[in-house]
Amino acid sequence: MAFDFTQETVKAWRRESGRVGVRNHVLILPVDDISNAACEAVANNVKGTMAIPHAYGRLQFGEDLDLHFRTIIGTGANPNVAAVVVIGIEPEWTKIIVDGIAKTGKPVEGFWIEQNGDFETIRRASWKAKEYVHWASELQKEDCPLTDLWVSTKCGESDTTTGLSSCPTVGNMYDKLLPHGLYGVFGETSEITGAEHICVKRAASPEVGEKFMKTWKSYQDDVIEQFKTSDLSDSQPTKGNILGGLSTIEEKALGNLEKIGRTSTYIDVLEPAEAPEKGRGLYFMDTSSAAAECVTLMAAAGYVIHTFPTGQGNVVGNPIVPVIKISGNPRTLRTMSEHIDVDVTGVLRRDMTIDQAGDALIEMIKRTANGRLTAAEALGHREFSMTKLYRSA
Amino acid sequence: MTANTHPQLLVHDKADNVGVVVVEGLTAGTDMLCVCTEDNSDFRLTAKADIPIGHKVALAALKEGDTVIKYGEDIGKMVGSAEIGGHVHTHNMKTKRW
Repeated sequence: MAFDFTQETVKAWRRESGRVGVRNHVLILPVDDISNAACEAVANNVKGTMAIPHAYGRLQFGEDLDLHFRTIIGTGANPNVAAVVVIGIEPEWTKIIVDGIAKTGKPVEGFWIEQNGDFETIRRASWKAKEYVHWASELQKEDCPLTDLWVSTKCGESDTTTGLSSCPTVGNMYDKLLPHGLYGVFGETSEITGAEHICVKRAASPEVGEKFMKTWKSYQDDVIEQFKTSDLSDSQPTKGNILGGLSTIEEKALGNLEKIGRTSTYIDVLEPAEAPEKGRGLYFMDTSSAAAECVTLMAAAGYVIHTFPTGQGNVVGNPIVPVIKISGNPRTLRTMSEHIDVDVTGVLRRDMTIDQAGDALIEMIKRTANGRLTAAEALGHREFSMTKLYRSA
Repeated sequence: MTANTHPQLLVHDKADNVGVVVVEGLTAGTDMLCVCTEDNSDFRLTAKADIPIGHKVALAALKEGDTVIKYGEDIGKMVGSAEIGGHVHTHNMKTKRW
């Protein structure tokens, strides 16, 4: 099976910004934790909408507040979202979110609870949500180049089979699609430890490599050194990783890095949830290695499909981005196949090559973009986890 | 490939001194077909223990202080020993990082 990737298209939504979205969500987006209830009430009133409750948004400041805003705005701005109703406790920060999302050109309106109460806010926001649902549900899909998609990656509950099969499968997909203009991103700063000497060599220039090393080292110095109680051996590798046969962070990191393939170089290092601005290509993002946090940050940066290799069986999903699970572990396929979209166990049996596995993943990316629900979507996995940098004021 | 040619152990790189069990229920005494994914070369090795899927097997006798090599890279050090065909994991190896 040989693809001409420049000719491959998917049926998807071309948004006002020119970006391609593969889902058509109408979001009811809380600015802060105490607006969750109103958002959930609106989503209950108006079918075809989705509320994304979360835990933060009050009394944050500085870099941590910037990240909060960037994550909320980026989630609303993502091309998988057609329109957004924003609800906050007060008008000022609500307006910051609304104005940020409005830059994409998509319909967005904000509501606030103070001096209105939940009832009046829910009533007004429900009318707007209903208007958006009618509008969004008539938007037509069109043929869009496959390589106009933004595809992120992060693995989870890794084991030694991910480094042998599912991670190189993602790497093979990137090797094939990035040269034709796909946007890619990988991250997991703590989990590069042990392979940082290899990762730095995959930077597109010495400057980008230096930026990566600075980001990686700052995690070691500012986070691990400050907060560790003994060492990270009880968290990284995780208990699941260890059950799966991974013994050290170095071993885990080398398997992890298989996701970026053999030929591509990353052209910039992004802050958490920062949208790429250097054009088409592969990026590194400074993220946690926790699945839901990392996928949430990549979705907020504008990525529309996530490719997720797993060994022991991480079940994570995301509210707005389809998460495609790839596994090569035969025990995981035997015990929890309802979570896996792409079975690459043949790689371990040596009756499937990495090249064939990469093609199978590209095929699943196309099907997902065309509308196939992923396992995580079908099972209702909508984990939306904000990254918090430090305590609130 | 037929079922009886499916390997029990995969090795990433020629330089590695450990390989990975890729089948469930591997028992001590199994004469394993081992394949190096780098060049598809193969060899045989007898498992010295019941080793779970995903776990590592020593391809040479390893003693305390030895560096464990996988992907052709340093993945940590032995803090105990392992005989050839023996189980290598957190009970006898450790990170050099934290």
